[in-house]
Amino acid sequence: MRLVFLVILIFFLSSGLPSLRSQEMDPDQYQRERDPTWQEFEDLQEQLRSLRKEINGPQNQINNPSSLPEQKPALLQGRGSAGGSSMNPKISLDGLFSAGTSSAPDLANIETGGHDPNQRGVTAQNVELTLGASVDPYFTGNASVIFQIDRQGESFLELEEAYLTSTSFPWNLQLKAGQFFSQFGRLNPTHPHAWDFADQPLVNGRLLGPDGLRGPGLQISYLLPIPIYSEAIVAIQNGSGETAFSFRNAPDEVLFGRTMIDRPITHVTDLLFVPRLVGSVDVTETQTAILGISGAFGPNGSGTDARTAIYGIDFFYKWKPLRAESGWPFVGWQTEVMARRYEAGPVDGASTLPEQVLRDHGGYTQLLWGFKLRWVTGLRFDYVAGTGGDPVLDPLRKRRFRVSPDVSFYPSEFSKWRLQYNRDDIQSRSEPVHSVFLQWEFLIGEHGAHKF
Amino acid sequence: MISILLSCLFAFGAEAKFKVVTTTPDFASIAREIGGDKVEVTSLAKGVQDPHFVDAKPSFIRLLNQADVLIEGGADLEAGWLPPLLESARNGKILTGSPGRIVASTGINLFQIPMRSIDRSQGDVHPLGNPHYMLNPENGKIVGEQIASSLCRLDAGSCEYYRKNQTTFNQRLDKKIAGWVQRMAPYRATKVITYHDSWPYFTERFGLNVVGHVEPKPGIPPSPGHLEGLIDLITREKVKILIMEPYFGDQAPKFLTQKTGIQVLVLYPSVAPEAGINNYFAIFDQNIAWFVETLGKK
Repeated sequence: MRLVFLVILIFFLSSGLPSLRSQEMDPDQYQRERDPTWQEFEDLQEQLRSLRKEINGPQNQINNPSSLPEQKPALLQGRGSAGGSSMNPKISLDGLFSAGTSSAPDLANIETGGHDPNQRGVTAQNVELTLGASVDPYFTGNASVIFQIDRQGESFLELEEAYLTSTSFPWNLQLKAGQFFSQFGRLNPTHPHAWDFADQPLVNGRLLGPDGLRGPGLQISYLLPIPIYSEAIVAIQNGSGETAFSFRNAPDEVLFGRTMIDRPITHVTDLLFVPRLVGSVDVTETQTAILGISGAFGPNGSGTDARTAIYGIDFFYKWKPLRAESGWPFVGWQTEVMARRYEAGPVDGASTLPEQVLRDHGGYTQLLWGFKLRWVTGLRFDYVAGTGGDPVLDPLRKRRFRVSPDVSFYPSEFSKWRLQYNRDDIQSRSEPVHSVFLQWEFLIGEHGAHKF
Repeated sequence: MISILLSCLFAFGAEAKFKVVTTTPDFASIAREIGGDKVEVTSLAKGVQDPHFVDAKPSFIRLLNQADVLIEGGADLEAGWLPPLLESARNGKILTGSPGRIVASTGINLFQIPMRSIDRSQGDVHPLGNPHYMLNPENGKIVGEQIASSLCRLDAGSCEYYRKNQTTFNQRLDKKIAGWVQRMAPYRATKVITYHDSWPYFTERFGLNVVGHVEPKPGIPPSPGHLEGLIDLITREKVKILIMEPYFGDQAPKFLTQKTGIQVLVLYPSVAPEAGINNYFAIFDQNIAWFVETLGKK
């Protein structure tokens, strides 16, 4: 059938075009001139030839040096290739796991962080999905969602952060709004996969909470118009729930022997205020120091008018030679000191506790040494202590001193393996607690670069 | 009195220079050539630093906050440190798409743009192409054009001045290129090994033949097996020279020298006064001089 149709078609075409026959045009040439598809095909072939030439050019030139032409200036003739054009956000997934053991069977009570290795065996510390992109010409947007598996094997999900940041507000101001980590000190706003140790410092866990201090709110920051970098930041956040541990913690949670009450916001002073002032100088071309002071002020859930104030000083110093290879070698020294004043409200009922002020203080200092390409070793000292409360029964009132050496190996920027030992002297325990962790991390996808 | 005030104002205006911040000092050198005395140029990174691994120091936030123009290499050259700085800089003048933001790779014929899908099992590959294009001096002219265009848009009154400087720069560079090509001509097709794959633009322009890399994959240190393979390659292909940047470790190159006698040549990929490279021209003056000195005059 097709053959018959083709024959008829050829007949009609040839009878309808006598001029072609009279000129004895080459059938191929005829087809090329008549058929736009053929023309397109030829154009594409030509493009392909020139592209092949372009790709093979340099190699041919090298193999055949006499063919090297004097190169003409290629002003604005090249293909533009300044960057990606995808509208999709940058997406990354970071998995942070650890295997550990401890002389204490109750490791969950020893490790203060919600994302610390908190059981003998293997812990899924933090699996973090991160997204980030420009929202429009005025804002960027970032979000990180955490997946975690608890000790009972239950999976759960947390909205760690989701916020917009202004790109070019006037007067050196910058707005951040949404759910975010409070800019209190250095470690609190740092995601667990970027920590230098497998667990968070004791003082962070005890004063800012197992999951760090974060929550929905607004933050404004001001870059001071002076020659050295200095920034004043203030955030106003809800200060409620388990991520506002020392403030309006989740109702019915028990803290310092007191059951937290539900304290709704009735006045602006019921919100959490987190001011911070931070400055930095380059001591030399290879040495940089950062000094910050932070505060966090808000109501707490232990009484109807009880309040908490936390103060902190943080210091960071880094040395890295100019000719460092992939960031190695380097030395980093980070120290944070914090103090908390917690007005614990009165508790009625069977376990009557008086109204009292609980004071805590503590800090950590850690030294990191990137001694060899891909290798880092660190040493951290932790200390926490407090007055008031019951240091015998309440684990959060005990004095503790911890030493943690660790060594990390980074096969690439996107994975790491870490071995850490903790020796923890805890008040009213006869023996120090010894723990060992092997931590590993992988990162896939496009993850935004970290701040200094 | 009014005239004094006016003259003071004009004097102040005359002194106000455009603040140009560049990520690496090669862009800074070209910005100085084009902008002349109307610009004040600062480079964030130093020429002896690996441009992929610069710390995002807070002092850079201050510089970017004050900048009128930012020149970056693009093609992921600074992906590891520039984005967080820009997020904190809160400066609308240098946001993407503003006249003050120059992504220098725009308009450059980038090499090694992946033709098929890539992933990190191939090492730290560049999905947008190889970003070390400033090592072909012809590309210096393209970047010069971008800088002149940007300055003309920002300061139309002085456009003639910038264009004149650009012409002078291009003429000087053309003359220099002719000299460099002539000097390198006897070494055409010389087989070389480079540490990282950061010299394709240089080797292509001056006709060198790169036969291998010390890194088995971009950003991945060499394994003993890879070094054994390199020893075979160097011996078989009679490779005489290994080119590396000042920021790579010399352990593997020294090992290769010991085993094969290959000469290690440290070349500087950017402006580095520490090495006597004070401007963009000197990158080629010096590196070519070292190359010729190492291989012996022909």
